[in-house]
Amino acid sequence: MKVKLTDITDIIRSKNSGPYELTMDLMFSNFDWYKKVCAAKAINEKVVCGLYKIKREDIINIIEFDPAKAIKVTIKRPICSGDPGETDVYGAQQHAPFLDLELDL
Amino acid sequence: MASGEEFRVLSATAILGYGFPLASFEAGMARKPHLIAVDAGSTDPGPYYLGAGISFTDRDAVKRDLEIMIKAGIANSIPVVIGTAGGSGGEPHLTWCREIIEEIAREQSLRFTMALIHAELDKGFIKEEFKQGRVQPLDPAPPLTLAEIDTTTRIVAQMGLEPFLAALEQKPDVILAGRTYDPICFAALPILRGYDRGLSIHLGKILECASICATPGSGSDCMFGYIGEDYFRVEPLNPIRKCTTLSVAAHTLYEKTNPYILPGPGGYLDLHDCHFDQETDSIVRVSGTRFVPGEVNTVKLEGAKPIGFRTVSIAGARDPVMISKIDAIMRGVEERVADNFSGKLEKYQLRFNIYGRDGVMGNLEPKPDTSLVHELGIIIEAIAETQKQADTICAFARSTMLHYGYDGRRSTAGNLAFPYSPSDFHAGEVYMFSIYHLLQSSDPASLFPIEYLTIGGVK
Repeated sequence: MKVKLTDITDIIRSKNSGPYELTMDLMFSNFDWYKKVCAAKAINEKVVCGLYKIKREDIINIIEFDPAKAIKVTIKRPICSGDPGETDVYGAQQHAPFLDLELDL
Repeated sequence: MASGEEFRVLSATAILGYGFPLASFEAGMARKPHLIAVDAGSTDPGPYYLGAGISFTDRDAVKRDLEIMIKAGIANSIPVVIGTAGGSGGEPHLTWCREIIEEIAREQSLRFTMALIHAELDKGFIKEEFKQGRVQPLDPAPPLTLAEIDTTTRIVAQMGLEPFLAALEQKPDVILAGRTYDPICFAALPILRGYDRGLSIHLGKILECASICATPGSGSDCMFGYIGEDYFRVEPLNPIRKCTTLSVAAHTLYEKTNPYILPGPGGYLDLHDCHFDQETDSIVRVSGTRFVPGEVNTVKLEGAKPIGFRTVSIAGARDPVMISKIDAIMRGVEERVADNFSGKLEKYQLRFNIYGRDGVMGNLEPKPDTSLVHELGIIIEAIAETQKQADTICAFARSTMLHYGYDGRRSTAGNLAFPYSPSDFHAGEVYMFSIYHLLQSSDPASLFPIEYLTIGGVK
C-alpha cells in the first residue's frame, strides 16, 4: 500500500542540532501508523540519502522515539551554520523533501 | 527536599527579549514559584553574535522582560536566574545585560544582590589545554589547530551545575550568567534543594523554550514547572494553551541529535525509561528520566573567528530567457569581475544565491529545476578583507549582471529588477564558527569565576 508521509504525520520539521548538524522530526498522527512505518523500516538510510542526495556516512542517526510517536533523522550539515555559502542559518527549512515522500507499507 | 513539597519554577519566555503576556506571568506568580528563570541564548542565530560581541535580541525588548521579572522577584524574595546573557554569553554580552539590569535598578529604585558568572575563556589558556590534549572536536566539527585558536575572536565555555551551586549558596537576588547549558538555570536551585538531578535537568530542558512545549506552541509565553520526588509536571499559564503528552514528548527531542540520550556538562540524561502521562487536560507529568554522570568532566567550547566584511545586493529577474540562462550569466559575471580586478583585488568571495532555485536548500535540494519558475530572486554577495573591497566587488558584479549580454537577449535595457535604492547593503563583519569542541576539566567550577555585586541604591 502506498501512502504519503504528509497524510500520516502531524509534524514534519527541521532545525539545527548545534551548528554542525541538521535534525528532522517526523511525528505521526497515531500509533498505528507510527508502528507500521517503524515495522517496515520505511524511513531508512537509502530513503534519506535519496531525499537529500547525501552519502550514508553523512547520516548521523535515524531514531524511533515512542513517547512522541516520532522518527528522528539527523544528518551532517553540508555547511556549518553561518559559513559562507550557507543558505539556512537556523536549519528550519530543510524538512521540505519529506513532504513529498510516499511510503510503500 | 523540604517536607515533600513540590519545587515550583516559573519560566518567563523562550529567550530573554522574546516577550510574554503579563497575564501569563501573573498567573505564574500566583502559583508562588521558588524560582523565576530564563534562558537568554542560543547558537542558532549563527556565529556573528558570538564573534562580534553583540546580542541577537533587542535591548529594549530584553529590558522590558527583565524589568517585570526582577521587580516580581525582589518584591516576593524569589531568585531570578538568567542563563547565557546577551545571547552568546561572552564578556561583552554579560556586560551589556548587566548594564540593562543596573539601569532597571536605577529607574525602579531597586537595591539587590547579584551574582555575575563569567564564561569567556582566555585564548592562551585554551592553547595550553589544547597542547595538553584536553580539547577534542565535538563530532562532526573539524579538528582544532593552534592557528585556528589564534584567529578566534572569542571563546566561551558552556557552564554546568557547579558555578550555579556555588553562586546560589550566597543567596543572591539575581544570578546573571555567561554561556550556560540551557536547562541549568532552571535546574540548579531544585538540585541544590535535594530534588533529583535527572528530573530537574529534564524539566529545565523543557522549560528553557517556555511555551514551545505546549500546543499551540509559542516562544513568547510563560510556562510553569513543578518537581516532586520522582516526577515533574509542566503546565501552561495561558488558557489558550495545553500541554499534551505529545507536545511535551515532542519538545524533548527538539533540536537534539538523539532523544534518548541528552548530553550536557557533567553527564547525560537517559530517557529510555521516561514516561509522559496526561494529568489534566493541560498538565503533563513526566517520570523515569535518569541522570548518568560522565566518566570525564567536560565542558563545551564555542568560538567564532572573523573572515572579512560582506556587502549584498538584492535583485530579481522576470525575463524567461534570462532565467533560462542564469547559470551561464552567473559564470560570465564571475569571470568579468575576476578579470577586471586581476592583479589589484583578488582576495574576495563572490556568490550568487538564487531564490526560486535551490536558494533555501543549496546542495541538499532534491529538485534543482527552473522550468516552472517565472521569476528568480538573486542575492549577490561579496566577502572581502575590508568593507570597501566588498563594496567594490558587489557593486561591480551588480552592474555587470544588470547589463550582461547573454544568448537570445531581448531586454537590452537591463536584466535585473532592484527593489531598493541604494541597491547594495553593508552587512559588516562576517564570522564563522571556529571552535565547537569539548574541554576536559577536572575542576569545571574554576573556569567560571563569580563576582558578587550589590546593584542599585539611592535614586
